[in-house]
Amino acid sequence: MRQLMTGNEAVARGAYEAGLTFASAYPGTPSTEILENIVQYKEDIYCEWAPNEKVALEAAIGASIAGARSMAAMKHVGVNVAADPLFTFAYTGVTGGFVLVSADDPGMHSSQNEQDNRNYATAARVLMLEPSNSQEAKDFMKLGLELSEQFDTPVMLRMTTRICHSKSLVELADRVEKTLVPYEKKINKYVATPANGKVMRRKLIDRLKAMEEYSNTAAINAAEYNGTKIGVISSGVAYQYAREVFGEDASYLKLGMTFPMPMEAIREFASKVEKLYVIEEMDPYIENHLKMAGIECIGKEIIPEMDELNTDIVRKAVFGISTETVTAEKEAVVRPPTLCAGCPHRGFFYSLRKKRDIIITGDIGCYTLGSAAPLSAMDTCICMGGSISAGHGAAQALKKNGSDLKVVAVIGDSTFFHTGINSLMDVVYNKSNCVSVILDNRITGMTGHQENPGTGFTLMGDPATEVDIPMLCKAIGVKGDNIYIVNPLDLKETDAALTDALSKDEPTVIIAKWPCILKKFSDKDKEEFDLSRKWCEIDQEKCRKCKACVKTGCPAIFSGAQITIDKEACTGCSVCRQVCPFDAIQEVK
Amino acid sequence: MSEVKNILLVGVGGQGTILASKILSEGLSQAGYDVKMSEIHGMSQRGGNVSTQIRFGEKVYSPIVGKGEADVIVAFEKMEALRWIEYLKKDGRMVINDFEIPSVPIQQGIAKYPEGILDELVHKARISVFKAGDIAAELGNSKTMNIVLLGALIKAMDIPGIDWEEVIRANVKKGFEEINIKAFRAGAEQV
Repeated sequence: MRQLMTGNEAVARGAYEAGLTFASAYPGTPSTEILENIVQYKEDIYCEWAPNEKVALEAAIGASIAGARSMAAMKHVGVNVAADPLFTFAYTGVTGGFVLVSADDPGMHSSQNEQDNRNYATAARVLMLEPSNSQEAKDFMKLGLELSEQFDTPVMLRMTTRICHSKSLVELADRVEKTLVPYEKKINKYVATPANGKVMRRKLIDRLKAMEEYSNTAAINAAEYNGTKIGVISSGVAYQYAREVFGEDASYLKLGMTFPMPMEAIREFASKVEKLYVIEEMDPYIENHLKMAGIECIGKEIIPEMDELNTDIVRKAVFGISTETVTAEKEAVVRPPTLCAGCPHRGFFYSLRKKRDIIITGDIGCYTLGSAAPLSAMDTCICMGGSISAGHGAAQALKKNGSDLKVVAVIGDSTFFHTGINSLMDVVYNKSNCVSVILDNRITGMTGHQENPGTGFTLMGDPATEVDIPMLCKAIGVKGDNIYIVNPLDLKETDAALTDALSKDEPTVIIAKWPCILKKFSDKDKEEFDLSRKWCEIDQEKCRKCKACVKTGCPAIFSGAQITIDKEACTGCSVCRQVCPFDAIQEVK
Repeated sequence: MSEVKNILLVGVGGQGTILASKILSEGLSQAGYDVKMSEIHGMSQRGGNVSTQIRFGEKVYSPIVGKGEADVIVAFEKMEALRWIEYLKKDGRMVINDFEIPSVPIQQGIAKYPEGILDELVHKARISVFKAGDIAAELGNSKTMNIVLLGALIKAMDIPGIDWEEVIRANVKKGFEEINIKAFRAGAEQV
């Protein structure tokens, strides 16, 4: 049976067909839907959201050591978080087959950088496969688990946004159960002390040789010979662009396995064509391998090394041809993403932006949109969990150098669980006066509402113990009086907490607690919060068009000849009512 | 590559472009075409623009459509038609829903919704314009606007031999089959 599937669906299907029984991940675009699809196989595969990518990878390593086929999935920057266990796992090798899915985001559709994770395979010395469509995403997932067991190595399945999120046809197969490898104590294999590590290191060198031998003869690295004038080496989605642009006359070496590189196969291919192109997205990864081996090729001198490629870019770079386009003189106005109408973050950022002499360190999530005008209430966004630690460092440096500026760090609930907790320990342990704000909207928002350790449910839908954030902060050492729990949609309450916290010269935490307006509310949410349907209306006779409400940046408010509120879009959060100086906005139930 | 056809569905988050493109790609793959469909996830739910790209033919390589390559573009929103026009082939067709969704800078009075979009575009390409939302509302369910537009798109694509109504039946919510088929037919009458 053939089915249209995204690459992410296909990876999930491949894991299922290959008899995998353990999957762990932290959500992140473009990788999120892999685990969201695996959960449909929960009868056969145990799957979970881990608090962060390092935990996800370590959990999957444990499952492999226990003898099960396992996987971890994450976005490219997640692999940075998980890099520590990855490098040593390459030394120890596996028991049950293991695949790490790295979903890179060329063009930064939804990421803070566009690092090329193929470099990780070389650095950590793990076998790497690169699918170029959904069928391959499924096939390579299965092959990856087999190769992992064959060569005793973790395998990286390197995807990119266009592979993850494009649909193409996939042939389905049945699941083949894989029985657990019986447990044997292998201290020399799995205890990476320096003494054992040295032995493992040597084995890794031998393993690399065996893997390269395989790479040279692997069916997924086979050449397609057509004409001899032009040869193209490519991998991943870039192959699809190249194949379309160069057409039927060129010859191709499509690499499905890009670490270890099949250098002999490449040398043979290069010898059979007059002109050799390497077409790849982002870094000159393949190209550098060729150049180090003294194989001449044309690559990054014509192909951009940033952003996504497409057929236009490749055609123009190689043949100098641009497709004729239809152009218009008028320009479309940008449509930037914005905090939703009713978003609890809006109330908080509105209050925060009025505070003077502060630096606001931000983090990664929907609330990063608080940096956009008209709120403009965020000064930094570096990485997951970076807000509180950067805030701590800034606060200490300011104090040391006699500055009066204070620091407010802003982080979401899921991001706090991810890596923010350690940062708060730094604040308390090393005594800074950074105000740490946890925007607890009761869900992982940006990636589309995944459960997390604070929501009370697991990925598989079972009830779970919730992390008690105030208790946790107390346990870390924040004084009870310095923990404020506020409704961020109540501007007075939020402002009072901020004022008080900023006046203190010790660690403080504000927990701004209100559920994401797009969330499917749990019974507990309905009990705890007033979520009844309300909306706000503007009394046009009282309105003086001062635009105070417009400055909240709410997408339900329209500023034209009159200021109006779209009743359909409004959720009655009442932030606009609270900011109106003329009492012109009423709440309607 | 001349036999590969390129379709773009562009709009704003929440307009139902995803369901329309799902029906389209299911129908095409059932008819035996190689199909690739690409969409960008991420921030669309928060007011951003959304685009779905569908390519089909005997053999499709690239999952995305380049500038000047789209045979048909369906704009679910008028300003999105303007944004994506340069993706249209010189002799391509465009279906435009005469419907405005201002973006946040426009709502806040910082920018103006461009005037005279249709007047300009009508001279640039073969364009069909109608109010799909009104048609859907007259049929009794304004949420079927996306299927009205799908009807127009499929008529404009002119591919024989696919029972689209059957594909719609299989892909819409139970109990909503007939209203969607009505919407589909009404859309087809617009081009």
